[in-house]
Amino acid sequence: MAPLEREHGLHLLAQMLRVRRFEEKCVELYSAAKIRGFMHLYIGEEAVAAGTMEALEGEDAIVATYREHGHALLRGVSAGAIMAEMFGKLEGCSRGRGGSMHLFDAATRFYGGNAIVGGGLPLAVGLALADKLQGRRRVTACFFGDGAVAEGEFHESMNLSALWQLPVLFLCENNRYAMGTAIERYESETDLALKASSYEMSAWSVDGMDVRAVEEATRRAAAEVRDGGRPCFLELRTYRFRAHSMYDPDLYRSKEEIERWREHDPIPALSAELQAAGMMSDADLQELERAAAEEIEAAIAFAEAGTLEPVEDLERFVYAEPSAAGAGAGAAHPPGALA
Amino acid sequence: MSAQAVNLTYREAMRQAIREALLSDERVFLMGEDVGAYGGCFGVSKGLLEEFGPERIRDTPLSESVFVGAGIGAAMGGMRPIVEVMTVNFCLLALDQIMNNAATISHMSGGQFEIPLVIRMTTGAGRQVAAQHSHSLEGWLAHIPGLKLLAPATLADARGMLAPALADPNPVLIFEHGGLYNAEGELPDGAGAVDIERAAIRRPGADVTLITYGGTLPTTLQAAEELAGAGVEAEVLDLRVLRPLDERAVIESVARTHRAVTVDEGWRSGSLAAEVSARIMERAFYELDAPVQRVCSAEVPMPYPHHLEQAALPQAQTIVTAVQRMLGIGA
Repeated sequence: MAPLEREHGLHLLAQMLRVRRFEEKCVELYSAAKIRGFMHLYIGEEAVAAGTMEALEGEDAIVATYREHGHALLRGVSAGAIMAEMFGKLEGCSRGRGGSMHLFDAATRFYGGNAIVGGGLPLAVGLALADKLQGRRRVTACFFGDGAVAEGEFHESMNLSALWQLPVLFLCENNRYAMGTAIERYESETDLALKASSYEMSAWSVDGMDVRAVEEATRRAAAEVRDGGRPCFLELRTYRFRAHSMYDPDLYRSKEEIERWREHDPIPALSAELQAAGMMSDADLQELERAAAEEIEAAIAFAEAGTLEPVEDLERFVYAEPSAAGAGAGAAHPPGALA
Repeated sequence: MSAQAVNLTYREAMRQAIREALLSDERVFLMGEDVGAYGGCFGVSKGLLEEFGPERIRDTPLSESVFVGAGIGAAMGGMRPIVEVMTVNFCLLALDQIMNNAATISHMSGGQFEIPLVIRMTTGAGRQVAAQHSHSLEGWLAHIPGLKLLAPATLADARGMLAPALADPNPVLIFEHGGLYNAEGELPDGAGAVDIERAAIRRPGADVTLITYGGTLPTTLQAAEELAGAGVEAEVLDLRVLRPLDERAVIESVARTHRAVTVDEGWRSGSLAAEVSARIMERAFYELDAPVQRVCSAEVPMPYPHHLEQAALPQAQTIVTAVQRMLGIGA
């Protein structure tokens, strides 16, 4: 692994802290009924989003799941737009129409929060197909959980992307549970990289609790996708410390198991590493915490001050509006290479 | 028809439409099961692989969910895909993509993304291919906001609906009834785009409105012909666009004729025929001289033997009988 550098190490820590503190605040806001509906927390898994996003470029596309607050935030969607979305406000990144599970942002090529397990994979295959057909060297990064591996859409997507040599980076966030069912209880083969490699693509596993390992692996994989013009599969072995969703009483796993994984919490792990190397003082850490808290407070204020979409607009956007041509598609944006 | 008219089949009209789309826009490509080397399960895309090559005429694995989803993604990525799902029966394997992605992403993202995608599929029964290959599920799919549904029933529509569907920024589903592919007739040379908003009167009449679409249009026209022989002038309204429905055309016709029969190859319960009937009741109740009648398929999985299949499907005679009963004439 590349040697630890102070500036980059602090940046990675800051990114993970931003997500952690954002979501801790989300829990409070959920209890206060400011956020409603389904909400799935990423707490424990932050190293995956933080490490992978480092390896992606602005032109790349992201397809995410319903556990995607961290991905959106670290992709560059503003904390205010995400929080306003969860408040159901017009200023949200999806005008409040999507909520926690459906964060979208055309400007950062963030193609959603998809709440159907496996449902985003075919979409990612298509985005990559569009890039290939238009001669663009871009990566479509597709996040999904271990549970998605049991879906037919996973297998169809792996096969087609490998068959057609499409630039998709499959990022499997293996947190060991499909909602409440442990991986050993639903997969005949639990080595997911081995399973993926049967589709004739490079596939390997990485410690998803180690943000630097995640970044390095993703850089290698993204380069293979971008330069090789073919798909690649990464299994990121991680763990969620919180329940599946706010409705989940978390009865299917032991407290001891959760505690064992908490010992691998990526945030204290990187903090300790930076401090041991003399690269981070207590004041540095306090500054990172302060900056995260400030960002989140501003996001909440932005969401609170947001407005509710007029009910008269209920049926807008069911069909495309002539003036609302999307950034990724629409007649107003023909791709230059093929105009 | 004029001197420039050309004789062709519905299949050839559809092929011409696809070919023209490929020629006129580099972003257009066709993908689906057996669209290339095989030439299309129903022969629609025959010769296109040879002319346009495998990058633009893409044979897919038997993976409906991923190739429909890939069509959605490619459309969001700036392409104009034509996805062929061999038959409506197999679109059930891609319903997640159609319903949860194609139909929702525009709204769910607050209008940030458009999905200019066309999905073509064969529909309907009548060829003795039994229960799993004979569905008419247009009514199901027409239930879904965010989709547009077209049912070309004529040569002009087979030739002319694809171009505006591709130009539309929304996902458009085109249903081609399997019984229509061999229909033959004349089209003006150079026939092109048609509107994809309005229903069309295929035969004017003053006594009753017969409302139908797709594969039952010929059957309904035949019924109208038989009724004319008995002195009843039936107006035949071809819906053409199944979502959003051209409600105005329906109401205006019923306001003229004061009677309506809907003819639909779908099952009667929860059918498009039911939807049309409900709208007439809501909007034109006081125009009616008789309750709206429905002629639909029998509510059975389609049986294989010819006599039972025909007994299950809407027939001209059934339509005639429904009209006669409504008018208090005949048997």
